[in-house]
Amino acid sequence: MGEAWGCVVNASTASRELMLGRIRTANAAAGAGAGNAAEEWAAIPREYRRTSTLGREAVLELLEDRLRDYDAHVLRVASEGVAAAVLGMLGERGRTRMLAAPGVTAAWLPEGFAFAVDDGLSVESIDRFEGVMTESTLAIAETGTIVLQTVPGQGRRAVSLVPDYHLCLVRASAVVATVPEAMDVLATRPAFATTFISGPSATADIEMTRIKGVHGPRFLDVLLVMDDVARSA
Amino acid sequence: MSGVALDPKTAPTFPMAAKVLVGDTQMRKNVRHATDIIQAKRARVVGEMPDWQELRETGRRVREHTMKFLDVYLEEFERKCTAAGGVVHWAKDADEARQIVIGLVKASGSHEVIKIKSMTTEEIQLNKALEGAGITPYETDLAELIIQLGGDQPSHIVVPALHKNRQQIREIFKREMNLPNLGDTPQDLADAARLFLRKKFLTVKTGVSGANFLIAETGGVCVVESEGNGRMCLTLPETLITIAGIDKVVPRLADLEVLLQLLPRSATGERMNPYNSIWNGVDPRGVDGPKAFHIVLMDNARTKVLEDSEGRQTLNCIRCGACQNACPVYRQTGGHAYGSVYAGPIGAILTPQLQEMHYAQTLPYASSLCGACYEVCPVKINIPEVLVHLRNRVVEQKGFFDPEAAAMKTVGMIFRSERRFRAAQRFGRMAETPLVDKDGWIGWLPGLLGGWTQVRDLREMPKETFRDWWEKRGGAS
Ligand code: SF4
Repeated sequence: MGEAWGCVVNASTASRELMLGRIRTANAAAGAGAGNAAEEWAAIPREYRRTSTLGREAVLELLEDRLRDYDAHVLRVASEGVAAAVLGMLGERGRTRMLAAPGVTAAWLPEGFAFAVDDGLSVESIDRFEGVMTESTLAIAETGTIVLQTVPGQGRRAVSLVPDYHLCLVRASAVVATVPEAMDVLATRPAFATTFISGPSATADIEMTRIKGVHGPRFLDVLLVMDDVARSA
Repeated sequence: MSGVALDPKTAPTFPMAAKVLVGDTQMRKNVRHATDIIQAKRARVVGEMPDWQELRETGRRVREHTMKFLDVYLEEFERKCTAAGGVVHWAKDADEARQIVIGLVKASGSHEVIKIKSMTTEEIQLNKALEGAGITPYETDLAELIIQLGGDQPSHIVVPALHKNRQQIREIFKREMNLPNLGDTPQDLADAARLFLRKKFLTVKTGVSGANFLIAETGGVCVVESEGNGRMCLTLPETLITIAGIDKVVPRLADLEVLLQLLPRSATGERMNPYNSIWNGVDPRGVDGPKAFHIVLMDNARTKVLEDSEGRQTLNCIRCGACQNACPVYRQTGGHAYGSVYAGPIGAILTPQLQEMHYAQTLPYASSLCGACYEVCPVKINIPEVLVHLRNRVVEQKGFFDPEAAAMKTVGMIFRSERRFRAAQRFGRMAETPLVDKDGWIGWLPGLLGGWTQVRDLREMPKETFRDWWEKRGGAS
């Protein structure tokens, strides 16, 4: 197998030169002559909206509305009341065997409820849990999207994927209105694997009927933590 | 069509295939139902965006800019992806891409792979090659699973099984999953697929994916999907192999703010599809995702397309499928008539070019040039313009004495001059008079044009052209 492997790499290197050469020739032939990529990229017109004219409260309402439209359940909760709200939510869902992403804010974990913490569990073990609780990097109101990264409190990608239920905590201060605002934040921390989640797993492959949870979590609950009371007033 | 791969080299020509498929009323009903629903959803969520036209314009500019500096951005992607622990491979054609993937799967020690829907792997018929090398591929997208288990072929680039209704799907699942008592609600069918694939997700050690975007600036890869099967394939296996056409690159992470707004709204009529994954190489701490990540950058005639100053805009395509849903021809024939995995208007221009015009020569004619595809295209690819351009190339290849060649040359000459165009319209109104019935319909056209009226009636030309009417109103200022 080592032999075959070597061949593959060599062929690939030759193809690399060939392909780049063809691109340069093709661009020259099509009259797309030389230029400075960075300068020309900066000159691309961007007349679309970057921000929204909505006030803070309206942005949060829009997020809630869009999340619900995508079959997620959402609830606002004051910073001090998070642990109690988590407990209530889990009771409503009847979930007991829960996993938490490592590094979840300790004050948000309800007392008297045993969360297992993912410390490198096998995927088969993750599959045995009924749900998972994670935090999030930000949320986008216009699209009803929460964004998770591989950082403390949010965990690796498998934990928010394999269990049937995902309880996600979103800080109101991290809610943006538009996709460009979200990308501005993400551009400052691009090294982490990033997942955009808009509602539970869904498909419309059968007669265009929206069906929840083909492979990912079938249930998504979002707790919107009102941590910026001053701004939302 | 069952079991026979959609290969432009062996497929019947579009008119032949279409003639057969237009007779399949169930398929036409299914296709029309699905495309009606997606189009209505698309219209609604596009209507929510006051800056849709500005987004489209930037989308077009970003894609054009990328193609102009494709070499620069591919090299940058390679550098950044390698630095993040990925291994970059270059494949000049389908055969090389297949060999690379097979070699990598074998090196990973796996005899099975889980796959997320990828038109690029369909394009190179990877599944057949894997099977030939003793590797079993499992399609994990619900629609692709339906197609794989049914021995069928995809008929749409976003919703590949839209030509099947739930009874047909149920029959396939009952048979192939050995579930005699399977119900027939969409939820029953989705649950069956979930159970069927769960074990594969948790145990198969190698994943194969396509890519929606490659980000030069960060070396990151972006995959957009809705079921979570993509996330399973991208994160659970130990080895991940991603295959992407070289046209998939975008300059910077910030460009996704445009493309991630355009793509889901155009493709499935969603504000955002349920899942987008962006990752860079392998996790340096080794806690998240595959331990080995390979990406195959594939040419397969894309550089040939780039050479053609008019055809190259085809490469700007972000594979949303909106043009398919809007196309009256696709809606009648379904996807299989196109003899290629890329169906509809985008297929009509992409497939012949990827075949370097040697096959699929009838595809540029598989359009009424109504312009609906151009209108919905999120990156403003002028598909009608490319169609006409390709028709000219077909004619050139066929030679001057072909009767179509003469006709196309005449039409081309007429279209190039406004005066001649108007004269032709006046002439047309006179010439058609004997063919028009009393209700204003033309049932047949003489000679070469007869093929066109065999399957449809033609409305007579209006008594007054739009231009004449506009000018009379004093609109031409
Ligand atoms: S040509 Fe335009 S509308 Fe058609 S699939 Fe490509 S991007 Fe979408």
